[in-house]
Amino acid sequence: MSANFLLVGVGGQGILVAADLVALAGLELGLDVKKSEIHGIAQRGGSVSSQVRWGQRVYSPLILPGEVDYLLAFERLEALRHLELLRPGAIVLCNDYRLAPASVTAGTEVYPTAAQEQEAYAGIRRHYLPALRIAQELGSAQVSNVVLLGALSTFMEVPEQVWQRAIALRVPERLVALNQQAFAVGRAYLALNQESASGQPLVMTAGALSPTPQAVAGTS
Amino acid sequence: MVLHGDTAGQKLVRKLLSGNEAVAQGAWAAGVRVAAGYPGTPGTEILEHFAAMPGVYAEWSPNEQVALNVAIGAAYAGSRSMAVMKQVGLNVAADALFYAAATGLAAGLVLVVADDPGMHSSQDEQDSRRYARFARVPCLEPSDSQTARDLVQVALAVSEQFDVPVMLRTTTRIAHAHSVVTFDEAPRREPRTELPSYQIDIAKYALAPAHARIRRGVVEERMARLADFADTFAGNVIEPGEAELGIVANGVAYQYAREILPRASFLKLGMTYPLPRRLVARFAAQVRRLLVIEEQDSFIEEELRLLGIACEGKSIFPLIGELSPAAVLESAVRAGLLPPTSRPTRAATQRLAPPLRPPALCPGCPHRGIFVITNKLKLVVNGDIGCYGLGLMPPLSAVHTCGCMGASIGVAHGVAKAGVQERNVAVIGDSTFFHSGIPALLNVAYNKSNTITIIMDNGTTAMTGHQPHSGTGRTLQQVTTSATPLEPLVRALGIEHVYTVDPYALPEVEQALNDCLALDEPAVIISQRGCALLPEARRRYLPLRVDAAQCVACGVCLRVGCPALFNSNEVCELNQRPRVAIDPLLCTGCEICAQVCPVGAILFREQLAAAPQDEPQR
Repeated sequence: MSANFLLVGVGGQGILVAADLVALAGLELGLDVKKSEIHGIAQRGGSVSSQVRWGQRVYSPLILPGEVDYLLAFERLEALRHLELLRPGAIVLCNDYRLAPASVTAGTEVYPTAAQEQEAYAGIRRHYLPALRIAQELGSAQVSNVVLLGALSTFMEVPEQVWQRAIALRVPERLVALNQQAFAVGRAYLALNQESASGQPLVMTAGALSPTPQAVAGTS
Repeated sequence: MVLHGDTAGQKLVRKLLSGNEAVAQGAWAAGVRVAAGYPGTPGTEILEHFAAMPGVYAEWSPNEQVALNVAIGAAYAGSRSMAVMKQVGLNVAADALFYAAATGLAAGLVLVVADDPGMHSSQDEQDSRRYARFARVPCLEPSDSQTARDLVQVALAVSEQFDVPVMLRTTTRIAHAHSVVTFDEAPRREPRTELPSYQIDIAKYALAPAHARIRRGVVEERMARLADFADTFAGNVIEPGEAELGIVANGVAYQYAREILPRASFLKLGMTYPLPRRLVARFAAQVRRLLVIEEQDSFIEEELRLLGIACEGKSIFPLIGELSPAAVLESAVRAGLLPPTSRPTRAATQRLAPPLRPPALCPGCPHRGIFVITNKLKLVVNGDIGCYGLGLMPPLSAVHTCGCMGASIGVAHGVAKAGVQERNVAVIGDSTFFHSGIPALLNVAYNKSNTITIIMDNGTTAMTGHQPHSGTGRTLQQVTTSATPLEPLVRALGIEHVYTVDPYALPEVEQALNDCLALDEPAVIISQRGCALLPEARRRYLPLRVDAAQCVACGVCLRVGCPALFNSNEVCELNQRPRVAIDPLLCTGCEICAQVCPVGAILFREQLAAAPQDEPQR
């Protein structure tokens, strides 16, 4: 088995931990694994991305443009930024969450509208998930990363126990049960909603924390 | 994530390690017991991992030169040692590297330098291999975590065999990439039972000119022996392929080249200085076309040319920035090495160009309070290296120069001495002040300029991930120690006018700056407030709210540049502009925005309980 994962979002969303879990799952499967990311200044509220590669033998820690199989996005605009890196037939799983960058807040730029998003995704399989709301219902906004990962796992033929073991290896002991539950809920949520995910977002707004595009853009 | 069990007395494990963890592991396994450094991306985590290992001493030194001297001292005393820094840190430590190359050591010393091609987190793109050649020390370069772990151990052995410090150079995609490492987890070296003893050798270690001239000859003779060693070193290896194309590659560039040009013959270099002359010549003779694929400078390429070996390198592959598989592929196609359709690359046309999301000062960042006031007073601000450099980003655009560690104070002093009438301010963080700000402030006091220096004391080395320093009262290994207080230190340097302020209290900041501006003398403001990301600060988080009925959508609060503020979907009937709202997940309750709001629409902490609770609407 070989697969290339790209995880993107904004600093502080748990992207690097999610990438660790993907990498550990690959290791558990007995595969060669490489993972690469940027630390430091970029994490101060900026775009953050991490790449994980599984294969029999992986040389480059970076993925070639056009060879991303799975895009796991923690924020809708960050997903849009990376669509040109996808392999034809790739799967996009996106947290239904919008966070305006400073230029949008300042009014010098506009957050992409739903119509623009729709156009950008033409021909791409995408699924939205209210991961933050699900995580909050489970008692901690911080497990939204694992909720997303659980949903992603439905697209791969990897036993659930492999993922659950990776969580047990990586997450602090007192949080293992919560994270394993978050993974299971994310997995079940997407499985239940598979049939409705025909390229249309499942959820346009997920409560107060997931703004409408009009609000973020400041226009209608 | 241990996957292998015990085999034949060994405890073989298969782990996913970052390059930084692998270096720390390797150093420990090789018997390094003293290590020193200064935090710097991408190499910071090496020392953090090493410090947690049993039986070791590890420290954050105030700067890289101190760190390298500490490592040299330990090696003079017979203890294997390690110094760790980023590429620009090596500029600070360069003096020490040169003398240590001349004196040699009594035990192994590895200098780990983490380069940042592409400048993800640096002001400059430097290729540290130039320093290896400049100082005449060997340079080893890992190409993944396994070789990082292995080469640290080689570095220490070579250091002792040739009586020379050895540089281990990593780059971002080695340091912060994870890959699989298989190793024997059983300790190679028992904890030290005997303490090292210092052997006096004045002619070797005291570089008075008479001794230095003798050591100069030793250095050159040693380089010749190292060049012979390079030819026999197992980390330099030919991987045969098609004879049409031969590729000499090092570091992560080797991995990219292997992936993009899998059929070529390879000479993989684990040691890039000095080069294995005979091996390179043999490889060149085996292939029809010889390429060098290396990140950053044309270092190997130049060395090959000096040996009279014809090759191509930077005429095909990029000189600037990080290499990547995409860059290697694109260059290879352009040079006719591959057909244009060899990989399923997607059309390069991006269908949408979303707004960028550059890094920004965090919500609740104490630096924001200083910049709001320097902007209000229209001051020119000389910045330094740290999070406060982000004050240069719009909408604040409050930092006007930013060069290197410690630059701010000297630059502001120079501006003043040039006769500029507008007052210049220097802003410098606490860790950076201890690193290299102290001599610059001493200069302001001694040579008298009316420079206003603001020490942004957030109680930590924030940008690199909260490392302790001389002012924090805690060491890298979590030992409680003295916390050097800033105010007496600043006064001892000769600064008479010192103000300590809370940057969350904007009137206090403005008053102190106005007091400094009224003086025509050196003055220092110590801005004291812990980084908003520290655990003790997090416990104080209390998100503020906007009283929408009062907000006049003037946009003044948005100019403080806080990521927690956003335009809501509620329109103000006065000017048809969106009212501002606050994201409760991001807001820390620092009240800086509340203080700038001209109509009191942003509720202060103490007003929150009394005010009606609305759900924030985006």
